[in-house]
Amino acid sequence: MNSGNKHTLSAFDEEMDNIRALISEMGSRAESAVERAMKALLNNDSKLAKQVRADDKIIDNLETEVERIIVQTIALRAPMADDLRELVAAMKISAVIERIGDYSKNIAKRVGNLKTEDFLTDNNALQRMGEIAAEMVSTAMEAYAKRDIDLAIAVTRRDDDVDQLYKELFVDFVGFIAKHPEAANEVAHLLFISKNLERIGDHSTTCAGMIYFTETGENLPDD
Amino acid sequence: MVEQKSGSNTIENSDSTHKITARNVNVFYDAKQAINDVSIDVDMENVTAFIGPSGCGKSTFLRTINRMNDTIPSARVEGDIRLDGQNIYDPAMDVVQLRARVGMVFQKPNPFPKSIYDNVAYGPKIHGLAANKGELDIIVERSLQRAGLWGEVKDRLSDSGTALSGGQQQRLCIARAIAVDPEVILMDEPCSALDPIATAKIEELIHELRGKYAIIIVTHNMQQAARVSQRTAFFHLGTLVEFGETSNIFTNPQETRTQDYITGRYG
Repeated sequence: MNSGNKHTLSAFDEEMDNIRALISEMGSRAESAVERAMKALLNNDSKLAKQVRADDKIIDNLETEVERIIVQTIALRAPMADDLRELVAAMKISAVIERIGDYSKNIAKRVGNLKTEDFLTDNNALQRMGEIAAEMVSTAMEAYAKRDIDLAIAVTRRDDDVDQLYKELFVDFVGFIAKHPEAANEVAHLLFISKNLERIGDHSTTCAGMIYFTETGENLPDD
Repeated sequence: MVEQKSGSNTIENSDSTHKITARNVNVFYDAKQAINDVSIDVDMENVTAFIGPSGCGKSTFLRTINRMNDTIPSARVEGDIRLDGQNIYDPAMDVVQLRARVGMVFQKPNPFPKSIYDNVAYGPKIHGLAANKGELDIIVERSLQRAGLWGEVKDRLSDSGTALSGGQQQRLCIARAIAVDPEVILMDEPCSALDPIATAKIEELIHELRGKYAIIIVTHNMQQAARVSQRTAFFHLGTLVEFGETSNIFTNPQETRTQDYITGRYG
């Protein structure tokens, strides 16, 4: 319903644009973090994993900065209606993107000491989960940039696929441990990684819900 | 006009709980139309705020409710405005009585150049609401109490009303309006000449008076409308664009014109 008109106070528009740009940068970095963490895991690339862990600090700092600007904007501009909804949503979106960065870092932390090639060679569900999770982050950020509620809804639908893969993987992990009890420790790490990916899917969905709320003033309806 | 869907009292759903019902009201100043087909209900339970840019007609419409526009020779009002179901533009309506029932507080505090006591006692006296000095004293004290001013002036009731601070003068004017036991209080930008502390006291007073009187406040300060009212009406170019729960109007207005105005994208 946004008229597309500019605020009479151009500085307000500039602040909103700045917040949008920072959140887009956070999203882009989070998407890259998910992809690189999974690449490091699948290729057993400790160097890349280390880089992912180090880069998470940048996302953390961006979140702090976004939060500071949002609080300042709310205090100084007394936003209403879609402006208020966008700022409240931006606060939440930046928090969930920061969490997505944390989960990626968590995945990266487990790279290097795992002897789970056998499992990962036979079972590509974890790789698919990683791909879908990264795609969800990417689509959510595209929906954010374009203010596109259809894309936001698409993100929430995709979460069902991640959840399904997680359930299937859980069964596979248990079966694998039954056959290879000596690998229980390593497989437990993979189980945590799959849980992290499942949570990244959830956070992308939260992000999509906030985009829907910004645009409509309503909560995203359940399917 | 958009009636917010969560609003409990829609135009179609009007019933006896409405203190004021206005239907298809048009106001003209000579040939110029200032209000265009406005219909709205106001109840006792909720404070109603009228917002909108300058010249949108909100004050003009407010003044139709106690026939203040009668004092402007070029003004002409069409349509139906009822107070408790009674047509206030009925030729048989006693306008003096109407204005006692529908009190008004203006932008600039306008106490009479008389004592604080006489400012409040004036209305009850001319309307014959007190049989003797004792009864009048009670009305004056009760009115000043309700207006939140008693504690500040009880020891100097004979001082001039104009010697009070701006905020106190405005509360004195509210006490004066209350003294004649009105049913409706119209407030036209009551805080625009006051500092934030005095404004907060008036807003607190409005909160306390809610439910005792049907209150309508015209304000340019949207934060004030958000703070003091439960229902908000947005006027633009003489039309009522949107009317609904204040919490919805300020978080999720249904009309683009409302949104542009309250978010500062107007003009």
